[in-house]
Amino acid sequence: MHPLKILTEYGPLLLEGAWLTLQLSGLALLVGALLAMPMSVARCSPRAWLSLPVRIYISFFRGTPMLAQLFLVYFGAGQFRHELQAVELWWLFRDPFYCALLTFVLNTTAYQTELLRGGILGVPRGEVEAAKAYGMSAWLRYRLIVLPHAYRIAFPALGNEVILLLKGSAIASVVTLFDLMGQTRAIFAKSFDFSIYLWAALLYLLITMVIVRIWRHLETRINPHLRRRVTQVPVATKAVATATE
Amino acid sequence: MNELSVLGFGADGWGDELLSGLLVTIQLAVTTLPLGLLIGFAVAGASLSAHPWLRRFGRAYTTAARGIPELLTLFLVYNGIAMVLNALWRWLDPDAGFVELSPFIAGVIALSVVFGAFSGEVLRGAFQALDPGQIEAGQAMGMTRLDQFRFIKLPQIWRFALPGLGNLWVNLIKDTALVSIIALNDLLRMTNIAVGATKQPFTFFLVACAGYWLLSILSEMVLARLEARANRGVRRA
Repeated sequence: MHPLKILTEYGPLLLEGAWLTLQLSGLALLVGALLAMPMSVARCSPRAWLSLPVRIYISFFRGTPMLAQLFLVYFGAGQFRHELQAVELWWLFRDPFYCALLTFVLNTTAYQTELLRGGILGVPRGEVEAAKAYGMSAWLRYRLIVLPHAYRIAFPALGNEVILLLKGSAIASVVTLFDLMGQTRAIFAKSFDFSIYLWAALLYLLITMVIVRIWRHLETRINPHLRRRVTQVPVATKAVATATE
Repeated sequence: MNELSVLGFGADGWGDELLSGLLVTIQLAVTTLPLGLLIGFAVAGASLSAHPWLRRFGRAYTTAARGIPELLTLFLVYNGIAMVLNALWRWLDPDAGFVELSPFIAGVIALSVVFGAFSGEVLRGAFQALDPGQIEAGQAMGMTRLDQFRFIKLPQIWRFALPGLGNLWVNLIKDTALVSIIALNDLLRMTNIAVGATKQPFTFFLVACAGYWLLSILSEMVLARLEARANRGVRRA
């Protein structure tokens, strides 16, 4: 089939899939951001009983493939079916959407916590000492001084995580979800037309490029004191360019 | 049979099958590494080249290969190369049957393409971090380009690029799990098979995760040692 004809025929399905991809990764990133905030504070705590569990959690979720994690949640829950039914949680683990969402949340929380930890460690000591000298409580200190600055420091790296999770979410197709990857595989299975993979690749690239743009824009928004300073531009582009970690 | 005897070795246990899967996983990663690094060097060279077309190619390659999900790249390679091969085969011999690309080879190619794009960026950064004065000094001493590369550039690129490449290696180990989807008998697929037979999905997938986790932790330990060695003699600020 002609590559353009396959687009007019299956384009709406691809867009439907892209919407599910955005929903899955967007929701997971949002919930992960909420969880990562207190966890990164715990990770930086000098008390081992607070920081050690978080360290082990981060090491596990960053050291194992997300696909294996997804199988552990989606298929693994079946082993505890009766127990889960007893506590009325089986509906959650029976649904591939919730399983994928839960896996992505657990995974991105680990990555975001570690990135935010780097941000917290990057906050100059003097700022914390000044806040203490003002008599701020620990709560107030984190809310007004440490976390806002930590987020600014970690912001470019968090943008990389957004793109990594978006790409990683393609494994949702393995547990029967019709995200962008799932739709693509289904269409290929029907039509045996290779160009559908290329269209999907183009769509993924388009989404990541838009996110990179948005993130760069947001970065200048949250760093008003850095605006119009040419020296800062290469730093931002370099951080996006080395989207590896 | 109790809960854990299914993990034992021998005829009733799945321990030996899982171990064979782990070996395939390691083989896949170890085969991909040199190929991916080779692509990485080529891409870094292209991105830093004096020719604008080569630079454009380098940028396009890294953007595309890093922006497309690894799983999609795998399917592109697996189905794409199979199609090209079959077309070629038909052209040579119209009566030929359908040939399929081995999942191992497809996995190695797809993972190398991805590893090459990411390591290309890491290596480009390392090349740019080199002190140009040292290369000029090498030229002044009459070193050949190869000698400059071997004695001045390579030892320092190794030092600059090692942390980034280490991260990519751990990512590579994790990405090998994707190849189980196209039926390579790696750790994750052997686990899937074991789950089908034993009906103990949680136990087995937890063991599979532990296998990957072990590889990641071991890699990190080795990398820390390599980094310490590469930085010996470097003054700390």
